Amino acid sequence: MTFGIPNFIGDMVREYSPWPELALGINVILAVIAVLAVGIGSAPILIYMERKVCAHIQCRLGPMRLGWHGVLQTVADVTKLLFKEVYSPKGVDTIMYYLAPMISLTAPFFTLALIPFGEQWQVIDLDFAVPAIIAINGLGLFAILLGGWASNNKYSLLSALRSGAQMISYEVSFAVIMLFVVMISGSASLNDIIATQSGTVFDWWIFKLPVLGFVGFLMFMCISTAELNRAPFDIAEAEQELTAGFHTEYTGTAFAMFYLTEYINIIGASALGSIFFLGGWQAPLIGIESVDNILLAVPDLVWMFAKIYFLIWLYMMFRWTWLRPRIDQLMSFEWKFLLPLSLILLALGAVFTAMGWVL
Amino acid sequence: MMTASKYFHAMITGPISLLKGMTVTLRYFFNPGRIVTEQYPENKATLKMHDRFRGRVELIHNEENLHACTACGICEKTCPNNSINVLSTKNIAGKKVLGKYLYRMDTCTQCGFCVESCPFGCLRMAHDFEMSSADKQTFNMTLNKTEGQG
Ligand code: SF4
Ligand code: SF4
Repeated sequence: MTFGIPNFIGDMVREYSPWPELALGINVILAVIAVLAVGIGSAPILIYMERKVCAHIQCRLGPMRLGWHGVLQTVADVTKLLFKEVYSPKGVDTIMYYLAPMISLTAPFFTLALIPFGEQWQVIDLDFAVPAIIAINGLGLFAILLGGWASNNKYSLLSALRSGAQMISYEVSFAVIMLFVVMISGSASLNDIIATQSGTVFDWWIFKLPVLGFVGFLMFMCISTAELNRAPFDIAEAEQELTAGFHTEYTGTAFAMFYLTEYINIIGASALGSIFFLGGWQAPLIGIESVDNILLAVPDLVWMFAKIYFLIWLYMMFRWTWLRPRIDQLMSFEWKFLLPLSLILLALGAVFTAMGWVL
Repeated sequence: MMTASKYFHAMITGPISLLKGMTVTLRYFFNPGRIVTEQYPENKATLKMHDRFRGRVELIHNEENLHACTACGICEKTCPNNSINVLSTKNIAGKKVLGKYLYRMDTCTQCGFCVESCPFGCLRMAHDFEMSSADKQTFNMTLNKTEGQG
C-alpha cells in the first residue's frame, strides 16, 4: 500500500522545504479536498443531468428557466435543501437516526479515494482495492438498515429490510463479477487492472476477452444498478409502495446526505465499470498513428470522466426505461439467473485465461 | 413453478424485450423534435392550440358578423351546468329570433355538449385560454354580436 498521492505540491515541499515531513500532512489535506471536490462537485451536475435525461426520454424539456437551459436550477434546489430545518419525528432513536446519513455518506467517499481518475490522480493505491470495495459496499447497506430502523416508521423499516435482502443478495454476484475481472487481469489493484488493458480499444476487457468480456460488462451494469438501489431495482425507495422508503422521515441536510450518497455511489460504480471493462483513464486508441496522437493529447482525467459520464448516462437510460420488478421477482432474478450466470462466467473466464484465448 | 424450458425461454426473450424498450427511449432521447413542452409565456406569439382544445364556448360569426342560431334552445337544455340562457325575441315579421345568447363561463366545465347538440352547428369551442379575471362579471358573456338578427 502506498499512501502517496503523487503531486507536485507535496513533492516540492518534500524537496525544498526545511520540514519534509510536512509533505504528508499537505498530501492528506489535498486528498480530502480532491475526494470532496469529485463527490460533492459532481452531485449538482448529476442531478441536472438526471432531470434533463429523464425529461428528454419523456418528450419534455426539463428545467429551462433558471440560467441557460436551467443550469442553475440544481444550485437553487441544493441551497433550499441545506437551509431547511432538520427535524425528527417523535419516537425516533435520535442517535441512530442522525448517525445513519453520516455513515451512508462516508462509505462512497472511501470508494472514491481508491479510484485512479488518471495516471497521477489517485488518493490511495491499494493492492487489495477490489476486496476493500466489496467491504465498503456493506457499509452503505448498514446505513440504510440503520436509517430505516431508527425512523420508527413501518414503511421505512419495511424498506430497510427489503433493501437489506436485495443488497446482500446482489453483493454476492457483484463480488463474483469483480473476482472475474481480478482473475482475468491477475491483480486486485485497480492500477494493475488498468495496466493490463493498455493499448488500443480492443485491449479493453470488454473486447479483449471474446464475448465473455461483453457479457461480463452487461452483468456488471445490471448488478451495480441493483447495488446502487437505483430504478429499476429501487426496491428500497419504491415511492408507490413505501412513500420514500428509508428516508421518508428525513428532512433538510440529513435527507440531502442520503441524496448525495446516491449520486456519489453512481460515480463510484461507473468509475469501477470503466476501470474494469473500459480501460480506466486510458485513451480509446484505435491503432492509427495520426488519430492516436490526437487522442493521446487529451489528458487522462478527461477520458476517465468521459467514460464515467457515459456509464452514468447508461444508468439513467436504464432508470427511465425499465419498470421496477416485484421484490420476489427481484430475488429470483438474482438467485436463479444472475448468480448461476456469473459463476458460469467465472468458470469460463478461468478456462479462457488458462487456454490463452485472449485477443 | 417455473419449468426449465420456461426458464431458458425467459432468458432469451427477457433481454430482447428490455432492448426493445431501450430502443424506444433512445429514439426519444436523440429526437428533440418530439418534445411537446411549450415554453408558455415566451412563445406566446407563436403558440398555437390543438384543434381539439376546448376553451370557452363561442357562437360562430361569419365575416358580416352574422350567426346561424335560431334560438331553438337545445343547447340550453343540454348544458348540464345551466351555463347557457337563450333569450329569444321576435323580429318585425313576428318570427322567433335570437335576442341574447347568455353564457356564463364561470360555471361552464368546457364539456362541449352544447357544441355537439346544436342542430345547426353554430357553436364551437374557442381556443383562447387566458381568461382569468378578478371580476366575476367578466365571465357573464353575451355571445351574439347582433341582436334580433335573422
Ligand atoms: S361546454 Fe358544457 S358546460 Fe359549457 S356551456 Fe356548453 S354544455 Fe354547458
Ligand atoms: S346555438 Fe344552436 S342549439 Fe343553441 S339555440 Fe342556437 S341553434 Fe339552438
